[in-house]
Amino acid sequence: MTIQLDFAAVFAEWPMLLTGVTWTLALTTASVLVGTLLGIACAWVRARGFGSALAPAWLAVPVGAYVEVIRNTPFIVQLFFIFFGLPAAGFRLSAESASFLAMVINLGAYATEIIRAGLEATPKGQLEAAQSLALNRWQIFTRVVLPPALKKVWPSMVSQIIIVMLGSSVCGQISTQELSYAADLIQSRNFRSFESFIVVGAMYLLLSIGIRLWLNWLGTNVLFGRR
Amino acid sequence: MVDFSLWDIVRNLLLAARWTVLLSVIAFVGGGLVGLLLVTLRLSKLPGTTPVVTAYVQIFQGVPLLVQLFLAYYGLGLLGINTSPWVAAGAGLTLYTSAFLAEIWRGCVESIPRGQWEASASLALNFREQLRYVIAPQALRIAVPPTVGFLVQVIKGTALASVIGFMELTKVGKTIANATFSPFLIFSCVAILYFLLCYPVSLYAKRLERKFHAHR
Repeated sequence: MTIQLDFAAVFAEWPMLLTGVTWTLALTTASVLVGTLLGIACAWVRARGFGSALAPAWLAVPVGAYVEVIRNTPFIVQLFFIFFGLPAAGFRLSAESASFLAMVINLGAYATEIIRAGLEATPKGQLEAAQSLALNRWQIFTRVVLPPALKKVWPSMVSQIIIVMLGSSVCGQISTQELSYAADLIQSRNFRSFESFIVVGAMYLLLSIGIRLWLNWLGTNVLFGRR
Repeated sequence: MVDFSLWDIVRNLLLAARWTVLLSVIAFVGGGLVGLLLVTLRLSKLPGTTPVVTAYVQIFQGVPLLVQLFLAYYGLGLLGINTSPWVAAGAGLTLYTSAFLAEIWRGCVESIPRGQWEASASLALNFREQLRYVIAPQALRIAVPPTVGFLVQVIKGTALASVIGFMELTKVGKTIANATFSPFLIFSCVAILYFLLCYPVSLYAKRLERKFHAHR
């Protein structure tokens, strides 16, 4: 038996692949920006050691529950809950906004734990020095504690961002037009299912390698360099 | 629309959770065996093994699990194997798990001081004996917490097997939601069941981690 693979039939549908890559990158970028902010806010609440001096204590319980629930349930279930479940409760979303919301909530929970580890590694002397300079809470957090913490955990954040980008492939299941949805669409047109997913898989691989290199470069040269 | 009592929903979901657990066990055991093979190959320093294992890990960590499962599903079909969702999901998740475990375990072995290898070599132990009697017992202790932690990822990963028609927790939840038109209730139940499966494992991993650090 010979297997004949026809990749040309897949590449002939390149506009769909292009749309897919665009959506994947757009969703990832947007959710990384918002999700990281959410993660910073939640990490501020959850960080221990010095955190009690910074954030109101009663916030710790709901934030802790949020982080544990999200980290211990599958992304696809979170997405289905938001897209299929919430409209039943009167909160209707388009596929794209549901995907965006699910990705933000998901990344937010993981980013919380990553950034928290960075915050908790702050030397006590840094805080005391900042306090002795009469900086207020907000200044201490944004100027003294947060920047070195983010720098410390940047490699873990990069890995998590890649995981979120790969996870966005699940959003195709609710008909968001990202890359894996494009593969599904292409194979439904030309019946080249294996080839479609090989091509799309290779594209994801290139994206993850490229994004990792770019973010590492960004971290050392732009975000946390020359300070 | 079909009438389901709350008990009907919970009972069906619990029955489906059996397959989630079983698939997780298959993926974890299969992935562990393949992962072990990969780490051994990598450590053996036989010519050509390092780039092959590195590429393997990079591919399975850089391609979404969803796409891997579709590839396993359609790929096995191309090879003329009668693809049941069981075979495709089992194979896909095993390969995925093996790549991650191989990478975790490699880190554990590399954290063993170089001197341990040299000392065991100077005792005229061969590669197999060095690994078996000197390196593995030490690396194993370090490896347990992150390995248990990764089990949570595997359990959550099985939810994606629903996309190739595997009737596990997520797929059954979606099917019931379509029949009863009460997705809010059902996906809440599904999420709770996953949480009940994963959270104890997460806590256990965290406890192991703390225990290990306390010993040092």
